Amino acid sequence: MKNIWIICRKELRSYFASPIAYGLMAFFAAIAGYFFYVATAIFVTRGLESQMMGRGFPMDVNEWVVRPVLMNISVIGLFLIPMITMRLFAEEKRSGTIELLATSPVRDSEIILGKWLAALILYTCILAISALNIALLFLYGKPDWRPILVGYLGLLLQGGALLAIGTFISTTTRNQIIAGTATFAACLLLWVFDWITAYETTTWAKVMSYLSVVTHFEPFAKGVLDSKHAIYYLSVIFFGLFLTARSMESLRWRA
Amino acid sequence: MIKVESLTKRYARTVAVDGISFEVEKGRIVGFLGPNGAGKTTTMRVLTCFMPPTSGTARVAGFDVLQQPLEVKKRIGYLPESPPLYPEMEVVEYLRFVGRLKGIPKSAVDRRVDEVCERCAITDVRTRLLSKLSRGYRQRVGLAQAIIHNPDVLILDEPTAGLDPKQINETRRLIKSLAGDHTIILSTHILPEVEQTCEQVIIIDKGKLVATDTVENLTHRLRGSETVAVEVAPRDGALETAEVQRRLEQVPGVSRVIFKETRDNRHRFEVESLEGRSVRGALARSVVEAGWDLVELHATALSLEQIFLQLTASEDGGAAGGKP
Repeated sequence: MKNIWIICRKELRSYFASPIAYGLMAFFAAIAGYFFYVATAIFVTRGLESQMMGRGFPMDVNEWVVRPVLMNISVIGLFLIPMITMRLFAEEKRSGTIELLATSPVRDSEIILGKWLAALILYTCILAISALNIALLFLYGKPDWRPILVGYLGLLLQGGALLAIGTFISTTTRNQIIAGTATFAACLLLWVFDWITAYETTTWAKVMSYLSVVTHFEPFAKGVLDSKHAIYYLSVIFFGLFLTARSMESLRWRA
Repeated sequence: MIKVESLTKRYARTVAVDGISFEVEKGRIVGFLGPNGAGKTTTMRVLTCFMPPTSGTARVAGFDVLQQPLEVKKRIGYLPESPPLYPEMEVVEYLRFVGRLKGIPKSAVDRRVDEVCERCAITDVRTRLLSKLSRGYRQRVGLAQAIIHNPDVLILDEPTAGLDPKQINETRRLIKSLAGDHTIILSTHILPEVEQTCEQVIIIDKGKLVATDTVENLTHRLRGSETVAVEVAPRDGALETAEVQRRLEQVPGVSRVIFKETRDNRHRFEVESLEGRSVRGALARSVVEAGWDLVELHATALSLEQIFLQLTASEDGGAAGGKP
């Protein structure tokens, strides 16, 4: 446990000592802010329209602003995550510092968990920026905070799952760019898998849709906490970290 | 302290280490000598638990590298060929991280970092970024990193490679000063380095153990016959190479004279003596008595290549140094 934290702190330190963390945060702040602005603008226009036409059906902030914003953020995540994980192991392998970690009295699992945790913490920091946008809603309205919380939990679970996959891919190469590109490809595939259900209903289509990370996020965005989907993410996290451990072991045998 | 038995490491196509066995006693400095690609780094990586052996066993302080890697790792400090430094960290920060990683408690780590900084003479660069350090400082930080948890065994892979002569001297002195508390294995392909720093030497070539002995024994064994470089010039006029060669060959104790080159009317030879004979005095006298100038005369050190030739020859069947 102590070792995990030591590794994790070192990783966080490297993220924040280089421009990566700040760059990602700035990029995310801009794009999440833009999505938030668009969603709010639509909400306001629609609200005015329906008022003028005298329909007066109640418009829900959670449904009109929070949900689309969360859905968009989950997609932006697919682009950010490769940039967070690509250096985790690839850089250590390239510079030879992996020899220091691998010959220190710590378990492989502690190294892996420490690194993954650092990536998750950075991702949480990035997501927290969008929470500032959402917080503005509380100044002008009364959104329900519970679905928002569930939505963020979903984002974290989805992030954790993709970060685990990215961590694994980073162990397979000593080139950051390759690790980043491969992780991006994997994220993209897991995203678009879901699209097949639009025109196919075969078993394969169902399997592919099940594998898609986005399918499982929708309920979270709606504020529904369903253990089925949480378990999907948790098992992807476990599977990704398990693959990372196997990959590190094979690294030792082949080196 | 270290016990290696018929250790073999096979990669996909090649055998890097082939059935090596040796033992190292506590507190010794051992030189691990061999040409590039002999299997030095691989052996060290097995000892440090970086990679497991294909077969055979290696034990450090009584713990097997396969069975109890964590116990072994606690007792080993390792400096790989290129120091494992994180460029974005400061020296002190890096050492503190390594110290914590090696299991030094938080309360003791700062004091320990100060100690190793002092010991490795890096106190003046404490707050520098590792990426800004010169090669010599990087190497010293690497050493500091290896000794921070006060390990029983230090494993140093080519600790002086790429340093300038002054830094090489400093590093060697530093390593020697560490010898009392630690058992040290250092690898190198430079023979004088072993002679200057080590007490015991292990020579490997192409993955096989060639010899293991104390340095004195080994050099004695190998220096049985000496090789002397001689340069002769005529006092005036010209001089035939063959004439000089004939004369040198007649000197008692000389077994062979090899002509090297003639430049500016100076003839260069390499003279090998019979075993156990020193011929330098006789050579000098002979040249001067013939009325020539003796421009140069010195015993050449055995190159690593020659050592390998001699050692492998002696293992092939008793032809050790016994030239006709």
